[in-house]
Amino acid sequence: MRYPFPVGTVDFIQGDEAIARAAILAGCRFYAGYPITPASEIFEAMSIYMPLVDGVSIQMEDEIGSIAAVVGASWAGAKSMTATSGPGFSLMMENLGYAIMTETPLVLVNVQRSGPSTGQPTLAAQGDLMQAIWGTHGDHSLIVLAPATVQEAFDMTIKAFNLAEKYRTPVILLTDAEVGHMRERVYAPHPDELELIYRKLPANEEEAKYPFGDIHGDLVPPMPVFGKGHHTYVTGLTHDEKGRPKTVESEIHEKLLKRIVEKIEKNKKDIVDYEGYGLEDAEIVIIGFGIVTRSAMRAVKELRKKGIKAGLLKLNVLWPFDFELIERIAEKAGKIYVVEMNLGQLYHMVKEGANGKVPVELIPKIGGEIHTPKEIIERIKDNLR
Amino acid sequence: MAIRKPPITTREYWAPGHAACAGCGPAIVMKLATKAFSEAMEEKYGDPNAFAIAHATGCMEVVSAVFPYTAWKAPWIHVAFENAAAAASGVEAAWKKLGRKGKILAIGGDGGTADIGLQALSGMLERRHNVVYLMYDNEAYMNTGIQRSSSTPYGAWTTTSPPGKYSIGEDKPKKWVALIAAAHQAPYVATASIGDPYDFYRKMKKAASVDGPAFVQVLAPCVPGWRIPSEKTVEIARLAIESGLWPLFEIENGDFYNIKFQRFPKDGKFKKPIEDYLKIQGRFKHLFKRPEAIQELKNQIKEVWRILGKEVELL
Repeated sequence: MRYPFPVGTVDFIQGDEAIARAAILAGCRFYAGYPITPASEIFEAMSIYMPLVDGVSIQMEDEIGSIAAVVGASWAGAKSMTATSGPGFSLMMENLGYAIMTETPLVLVNVQRSGPSTGQPTLAAQGDLMQAIWGTHGDHSLIVLAPATVQEAFDMTIKAFNLAEKYRTPVILLTDAEVGHMRERVYAPHPDELELIYRKLPANEEEAKYPFGDIHGDLVPPMPVFGKGHHTYVTGLTHDEKGRPKTVESEIHEKLLKRIVEKIEKNKKDIVDYEGYGLEDAEIVIIGFGIVTRSAMRAVKELRKKGIKAGLLKLNVLWPFDFELIERIAEKAGKIYVVEMNLGQLYHMVKEGANGKVPVELIPKIGGEIHTPKEIIERIKDNLR
Repeated sequence: MAIRKPPITTREYWAPGHAACAGCGPAIVMKLATKAFSEAMEEKYGDPNAFAIAHATGCMEVVSAVFPYTAWKAPWIHVAFENAAAAASGVEAAWKKLGRKGKILAIGGDGGTADIGLQALSGMLERRHNVVYLMYDNEAYMNTGIQRSSSTPYGAWTTTSPPGKYSIGEDKPKKWVALIAAAHQAPYVATASIGDPYDFYRKMKKAASVDGPAFVQVLAPCVPGWRIPSEKTVEIARLAIESGLWPLFEIENGDFYNIKFQRFPKDGKFKKPIEDYLKIQGRFKHLFKRPEAIQELKNQIKEVWRILGKEVELL
């Protein structure tokens, strides 16, 4: 297999480009998209690369079509991806729910910009966090990852595909215009270095009869492929283990939905990922995700130079959310600050995790610019005075 | 030689100072369209200002509304990409109930009309709202950086239809939204080009004058997107007409048997070679190494003419 970009070496590329390359390395061979700033570069890269790796890059009529095509391609057996930003993300909500309900593995990249509505198309924000987790209607669960660097955008794209395939679920890569458009040094691993996961297929005709049945006891049913001889029935209606619509039987709905939620919740340990800095002795802990954690890291280092015991918790996975981790930190710290580029979204989850054990304060910022380390430091020092 | 001189109003609704590129085709569309609209409103309702504009996301929305300024001297609402026709429907229906006289101008580019906004356009036409939908067709998503749309012509380079070993560039025929609009039996549907501004002006005025929905699709070259010199915009738009690549027609009430054509050669033979149109544009540069692709483009255009009921010869 020859790749149309350098592998096993370093390159200097945009975050969007990194996501496209990583997806192809992860085995993605189907991309459906629609132009939108600041995610268009992912699509443009896919338009060039996909024909060269015998894959498909297709332009749809809108974002509803994009994610629907990705769902279709995934059932046809391909690792599939789409990418968008705020307004397109809103349009994708219905089919995101469909993908959760039908347990369709796919990767959805949201290169966040400021909203609501058209907002600030070229500027970064982190205002879609709650939408990523809870945007589609009904009870559900899914996986949300958040990179802070171009390298992380690369690595987490591969991780996103692995998690999507392993747990038969949509995975959202929640990045932003800053990471998407920034150019940084990236190491692209050689394919031999990668551990790729492919979805579990039915072992025999008998297993193929239960595309929504927990027949292996791991909560993840094997997924048949359209066109391989199985008569698979897929619907967004509440369905039984064979996929047949059962819309009034409460116990079937409860069983299905609980399994969809539990396959994520019970595997939380495998999925969640975070990085800590100075948490061992930190009296003040800053919690954040994505691009702002780079400012926060600087702030923590500066504060430590001034003799203030500060620490940073950078969350790489935002859902499933590790409430217990926050509680453990709350037990040791004197105060928690949540730094995010919105008016308070992660803040509420952290507050729930802290469980009243320690004061939690929000350092919000909107308008398209990242917090400067100075802003964070001054806010914390003001409170210490 | 007598110069045709239509009475163009001196009123301006598209103010200078907007941020469009030098030589921008769609900017010419905005200027002429609003002037024609106001003339029609004056003649019909006695008030040149009896209109409001609903604008989909796109270049013209972006360049005309650079904070804290606006280029619009008319009530103007910018709505998300797919919604211009639907928002215009809402304004129109409310105006009607309030007894207000006037008409709504909905504006969208080819992406916002042929792709994401097609459903809303269809609904607006079917419900017979008193709205003119103006589609400025620069044949790709230029605002987000030149991605193909379903209105991009065969063979064109865009960032999502890159030509190369496995690709000719855009590999599908252009979608003619005007024909889709006409299939709704809308009172008035027309194509135009800024290469013939008088014709466009007249059609825009007619569209604004009819009762009920109207649709105008106007070819408007994009300087960066088509890779053309900024002083050639109008010339290229005119070459599109003269080479037969851009049919100028009017269809009333969906009557496909009585299509009116403009600037159509009597003998059906177009006088300018299609290559003249293609060679000025960087987006078609690669086609000159692939003559079969140019032939395919010609065949597709002939087919469009055949659907319109004309057998033509192209050079």
